[in-house]
Amino acid sequence: VKGAVIDGVGLVLNGDDNVATALDDLSAGRDVEYDGQTVTLVDDVPFGHKFAIEPLPAGETVYKYGEVIGRTTGDVAPGEWVHTHNCESTRGRGDVAPNEEGQ
Amino acid sequence: MGHEFTGYRREDGRIGVRNHVAVLPTSVAASSVARAIAGDAGAWARATPHQMGTTQPDATREQTLRVLAGIGRNSNVGAALVVEFGTEDVGADELADRIARSGKPVETLSVREVGGTKAALERGGTLIDAANEATTAARRESADASELVFGVECGGSDATSGIAANPAVGDACDRLVAAGGTACFSETPEFIGAEHILAERCVDEMTRERLLDRVDRRESTADLMGVDLRGAQPSPGNQEGGLTTIEEKSLGAISKGGTTPIRGIVDYAEHLPVGGGLVLMDTPGYDVESVVGKVAGGAQVIAFTTGRGSTTGNPIAPVIKVTGNPKTWARMTENMDVNAGTVVEGDESVRDVGRRVFEEVLAVADGKRTRAEHHRMEEFAITEVQPNELAEGGRRA
Repeated sequence: VKGAVIDGVGLVLNGDDNVATALDDLSAGRDVEYDGQTVTLVDDVPFGHKFAIEPLPAGETVYKYGEVIGRTTGDVAPGEWVHTHNCESTRGRGDVAPNEEGQ
Repeated sequence: MGHEFTGYRREDGRIGVRNHVAVLPTSVAASSVARAIAGDAGAWARATPHQMGTTQPDATREQTLRVLAGIGRNSNVGAALVVEFGTEDVGADELADRIARSGKPVETLSVREVGGTKAALERGGTLIDAANEATTAARRESADASELVFGVECGGSDATSGIAANPAVGDACDRLVAAGGTACFSETPEFIGAEHILAERCVDEMTRERLLDRVDRRESTADLMGVDLRGAQPSPGNQEGGLTTIEEKSLGAISKGGTTPIRGIVDYAEHLPVGGGLVLMDTPGYDVESVVGKVAGGAQVIAFTTGRGSTTGNPIAPVIKVTGNPKTWARMTENMDVNAGTVVEGDESVRDVGRRVFEEVLAVADGKRTRAEHHRMEEFAITEVQPNELAEGGRRA
């Protein structure tokens, strides 16, 4: 696997990433050691899904593969599951007014 | 160099990895008859039933013709039978002429002219038996990996796709390109959010601009319709598999093309060069239509990555299934050819699996049957030209 496996259960694909990918079905309350710190999972995180490894304020850019994958729609604490309920795409958004995306 | 297999040398010099007789209907009205003719004949006969109507707008008609002609010309086809109902604006003769340019035997059949379904089945049976006799004379001969046009596709993606199966297939693309061959990936909606990476890899400014223009066009389809892509991209299944946004899906998807420079981008079903390195094709994200586009472009072998599972194949080109999800490998072994789940489990590197994928491509080219071939999974569909594309037809021309 490219990237760093953290505590045997999470995958951080690039040093710039602020989310990790779960390598197993993980339960809320589990401690994941990362970079000398402990991230305690706030939610259950299914295999392949992501959790925050840093505090992500509302509107924060979310990075995976060292690239932008979206932005948060609310404050997200470390250990929270990051998915469609709190992270949205910035692309292909015909539902928002033109130029709002700064394109 | 040193990566050899055996295949069928065709009149136009291209090498086929299968020796099918293709039965190609020119419209939906001839599709049932085409399917029945091939079905009665045996596994060597492959029909391509599709949904396109007898009367199509010009741009659609031209695309249908291009797809079917490309499928007929594909070097996996030794001979072809073109079947029309008899009232189509894509006529059997016109299509047969385009296929015959490759030098292979082509016959035509008109359901209306021979007097209906029963007569067409009889006449069709006679015609493809004769075609089969001609093709069975062909023998496999030595060929080089540089003669392969390798199409890569993903479907039913999940988070493992971008971590394991896609980069492993990408590594196989790199190996093939290094050996002098052509690799092609497509699905333009799945470039959205990753196009800056692809743009940097284009060999010249023209290719770069063309790529960005095609991505803009797919993205603006959503803008025009006043909707966002999120309902469909990522799909509900992708989302269940952990993919949150189209950017995330795209960043994983593009890794299946490997890391070499992008030498060009061609239209849907347009000719792919032999010995062309990495070339993109502008196709929709719908996997069956996308695979058909690449096979029509000349791809002899397809690798298809999946996370959640997929069983689809193609009537003309063998489709190699690669999954990076260990659970999918365990649950759907009978439909999977290569296990890339070992990457997720930490047992193998992406490069290790990439080597296995490349070896599998050569083995399949040499005649090894894929799981999709074993199960006779032969999905075929032609993409529609979208209403907004028809409206802006002038611009496209």
